[in-house]
Amino acid sequence: MTFQAIVFYSFAAWLIFAAIMVISSKNSVKAALFLVLTFASASAIWLLLEAEFLAISLIVVYVGAVMVLLLFVVMMLDVDYAALRQGFVKKLPIALIIAIAFFVVLYSFLTHGEFSAEKFAEPAAKAADYSNIKALGRVIYTEYFIAFEIAAVILLVAIIAAISLTFRGRRNRKSQNISKQLAANKKNRLKIVKVDPVVSANETSDELAVNQSEKQS
Amino acid sequence: MNGSEIATIDWWAWIETSFWIVFKIVLILLPLILAVAYTTYAERKIIGYMQLRLGPNRVGPKGWLQPIADTVKLIMKEIVVPKGSSKTLFVIAPVLFIGPSFAAWAVVPFDAGMVLADVNAGLLYVLAMTSIGVYGVIIAGWASNSKYAFLGAMRSAAQIVSYELAMGFALVGVLMCAQSMNLGEIVEAQSGGVLNWFFIPLFPLLIVYWISGVAETNRAPFDMAEGESEIVAGFHVEYGGMAFSLFFLAEYANMILISFLTALMFCGGWLSPFQGMGVLEDITAWVPGTIWLLVKASFFLFCLLWIRATFPRFRYDQIMRLGWKIFIPVTLVWLPLLAVWIKAGVWPFN
Repeated sequence: MTFQAIVFYSFAAWLIFAAIMVISSKNSVKAALFLVLTFASASAIWLLLEAEFLAISLIVVYVGAVMVLLLFVVMMLDVDYAALRQGFVKKLPIALIIAIAFFVVLYSFLTHGEFSAEKFAEPAAKAADYSNIKALGRVIYTEYFIAFEIAAVILLVAIIAAISLTFRGRRNRKSQNISKQLAANKKNRLKIVKVDPVVSANETSDELAVNQSEKQS
Repeated sequence: MNGSEIATIDWWAWIETSFWIVFKIVLILLPLILAVAYTTYAERKIIGYMQLRLGPNRVGPKGWLQPIADTVKLIMKEIVVPKGSSKTLFVIAPVLFIGPSFAAWAVVPFDAGMVLADVNAGLLYVLAMTSIGVYGVIIAGWASNSKYAFLGAMRSAAQIVSYELAMGFALVGVLMCAQSMNLGEIVEAQSGGVLNWFFIPLFPLLIVYWISGVAETNRAPFDMAEGESEIVAGFHVEYGGMAFSLFFLAEYANMILISFLTALMFCGGWLSPFQGMGVLEDITAWVPGTIWLLVKASFFLFCLLWIRATFPRFRYDQIMRLGWKIFIPVTLVWLPLLAVWIKAGVWPFN
């Protein structure tokens, strides 16, 4: 067994362990954290395939951003775990049938279909200075330019749809107008009032002292 | 027999390479930890002088031994695991915070060719490492079973995701100028004098990157995750002793990392500022590149402390506004401009 094979099998084992823990752990936050571990092991396996750009993007996008937001939501939710576990035995047969069917389809597809191992020659290892970032960029921005742009526009539409769905309703709620706050200056916040330093004539200095001692007590 | 012979040879080569890798890691980490210790000292002294105080001056001559005393104090303290907390995650969180902040140093070059891992996608790797550090914060906040810690974790998560976008866009500008993601090649692309450094064509991106870097390290004025005046100490409120000092160590290692990266990507890294200046270049030719890099990084590190001493903490909604409504549009405008600039071949891209 070569060193690479050892690395591959250990990360693959990690990946499967973490994936099983995602669906079996009792706590949803821990399940999300195991999903992070799954992504990290998948990224390590992609690194073995010399796809370093994809591997690191998986970390940046999924581990660094998507999962952080997912955790954000999951931590805030108050999930009743006991209710979630109800009816496990009743639903097990259906779940098993779906899982087996899915596995059979995937297995036959990967061994006999378009993506079977015989249809692809084993890729030769690239030289150390080969940059798959440049290769990927070249393909995306020339051959698949339109598909890439369409995907981007669809994502933009999805963003706008999500914002407009959540941003409806009352518009008269109290919110901070930051530009107004930043535009504030001394002139419209501070008013200097001149007070006459004159003491009225009938109030002698003795009376003033008495008044002060009364205030203190 | 033959097979076993090959196996033994392989084995020795393997041990040798691993030894050298570990040796280099130690060579990077030991000075880093020492630098962290003395950054805390420098911070207290500098901020002290800025606020007309003396700073630490009792332990050792002029307070030089203060960081050592602090370390000893932190090691001796007991680590209390709060009741009702998730024990495993509570212990793992500081490790998850410090791991990425040390791992990112693997691709930082200290001079031409002086780098632990000469990775093609170095820039992306650094971005990945700085972004997964947030897990330490989130897990610490959640596992502590404390409301203050949880609030700190939530704030940190939202803040880091927002600023990472602006940071990534700023790095795209660097990538466009250098035509490479390798940090060493990025520095080489800036050779030929101060005017070739990227801070000139990328000035708005430098500002965006720098401020996002301050936000990403959770430093004042972006220290919402800690926010002493609002949520006690934020995500690490339940941590004490060594567990706390790991958070502390990681935060300062991140600060130093951001300073180094800014120096590398925008200010010519290890290149001398006197390149192509005739006499001045000859006089300073003996200065090793590492010194120039250290000087530049120290300047940015000083700025971090300066910023902390100067600005009050941001309000939370203003942080979000700055990230989403100011920084991201600025980068989105500057990148097309930059593309046109590079394609037109006008100075400094000719």
